[in-house]
Amino acid sequence: MSITVLNPGLLTSVQDAGRIGYQQFGVSVSGVMDPRAMKVANILVGNEDNEAVLECTMMGPQLRFDVDNIIAITGGDLGPTLDGQPVANYAALAVRAGQTLRFAALRSGCRAYIAFAGGLDIPPVMGSRSTYMKAKIGGFEGRKLQKGDVLGFRAPKADLPNLDQRRTAPEFAPQQEYAVRVLMGPQDDLFTPAGIQTFLSETYVVTNEFDRMGCRMEGAVIEHVNGGDIISDGIAFGAIQVPTAGKPIIMLADRQTTGGYTKIANVITADFRIIGQLKGGDRVRFVKTDIETARAELLAERDALRKLREALDPAPKSEPKKERGFFKNLFKK
Amino acid sequence: MPNVRFLLTGDTSLSAEFGNEISEEINAQIRAFTIALEKSGIAGIVELVPTYRSCMIHYDPGVVTYAALTKQLEGVLARLDSVAIPPSDVLEVPVLYGGEEMGPDLAFVAEHAGLSEREVIDIHTSTEYLIYMLGFTPGFTYLGGMSDKLETPRLKQPRVKIPAGSVGIAGKQTGVYPIDSPGGWQLIGRTPVKMYDPKRETPILPKAGQYIKFRAIDRAEYDEIAAAAEAGSYVCRTYPRGEATK
Repeated sequence: MSITVLNPGLLTSVQDAGRIGYQQFGVSVSGVMDPRAMKVANILVGNEDNEAVLECTMMGPQLRFDVDNIIAITGGDLGPTLDGQPVANYAALAVRAGQTLRFAALRSGCRAYIAFAGGLDIPPVMGSRSTYMKAKIGGFEGRKLQKGDVLGFRAPKADLPNLDQRRTAPEFAPQQEYAVRVLMGPQDDLFTPAGIQTFLSETYVVTNEFDRMGCRMEGAVIEHVNGGDIISDGIAFGAIQVPTAGKPIIMLADRQTTGGYTKIANVITADFRIIGQLKGGDRVRFVKTDIETARAELLAERDALRKLREALDPAPKSEPKKERGFFKNLFKK
Repeated sequence: MPNVRFLLTGDTSLSAEFGNEISEEINAQIRAFTIALEKSGIAGIVELVPTYRSCMIHYDPGVVTYAALTKQLEGVLARLDSVAIPPSDVLEVPVLYGGEEMGPDLAFVAEHAGLSEREVIDIHTSTEYLIYMLGFTPGFTYLGGMSDKLETPRLKQPRVKIPAGSVGIAGKQTGVYPIDSPGGWQLIGRTPVKMYDPKRETPILPKAGQYIKFRAIDRAEYDEIAAAAEAGSYVCRTYPRGEATK
């Protein structure tokens, strides 16, 4: 076995990009709260984008490594140290058997992600290694990590080519107030114009009731046309529910698959990296955008990640003529 | 062709809304739409989530734009009548009714309805209940069609733990708890069948658009089925809707 949990920290769990295809059966998607941080961590250690990682919350775990491997830590800064010495976030690190990874203190953000080269030896359940803790599905025995747990690596690596180049500038920057871009709807027509105006102009503060299911916010009441109840329908990651009382709740990874409260807007994918790092006291302003902008931002993010991967692990060269023809067919409408 | 609204739900999903009420007709349209979409081969669709009156469609914006997708969805809707929709089937769920262990609230439900326990069981097992959707927890079914006669309010104080398989009534609703969970439903019986079994190839048994019919069993049959379910060898009887039951 590969890592022993000496201390589980506040809430550490195995997560990947989420459980896809089972919402129709009432199974929540779960998965990481900050997908971009997961992908960068995986790229730095040479994994597929969506390889399962450990998601660490506020107070990080203490892990003893029993075999050598390469890891990378991204997301918020929880103050990682190796055998007591501070180590860099957003950099591939060679860890030797016997060394202990700890986290000194939360410095920024809320969650950090640890990627392990070659991935974790966790059996997928319904196609995913994500943990859905409420129903005890997937991940490590369907639960958060506890002291004494032992996890395995699938294919650890003692070294990686260009290890010292496998780093990138930290991507999470704490702000006094976060501007979170949203697309209006699906139930924005159930709010008054004054309600919409309030939602888009006031500052909302994250309360202490925030977790993997959602973030409750405090601030000016958002006015409905006729109450906040609807016939239950689906809920996407980043949906902003506003129950009759008028205070918004941002729905996150472990949200239930269906819900009966009006949804005024939905955060765009490019800003999931903000809402996945929110904690009590953080200030947020919602900014309306359109589907074209949201899509452009999403594609730009994918492009940036692809470029990072190509810079670190260039694909083997192939015949230029053949390549052009192949891509031409891909882009044909 | 049904009158459908397409609504943005963020940048990687949309809601196809078929109306604003709970009805068998709307549910049938959504079922037909979901089946038609699965057959359509539209590029970029990642996941479908049918609910009471809408279908959430998750898609990859790198493959298809919102505008292009909604145009293709309109095409599917226009051809909906010509898509072959298999008849719904009925999932038969065996239930041991009553008793302190399995159905502690059956007596209360009977008293509240002014019926005998036998009459409650007869009414509860006589209907084919439409599964409108699954949600709340894995395998939890929102069933429609329960007789008004059995309508009973929720417990004033919910139980801390309701065992998986419990069959209950709350207001107009009836259903089965697929996993251990707290809850305020009136418990009238328990099924030995695992509605949710992570070890099974299809972990969740019921499906939206299917029907459920409860069948009363005795303790001996309960124990027999429970053992088979534990071993993974029990298969629930299903039959096409409209077929006469034995």
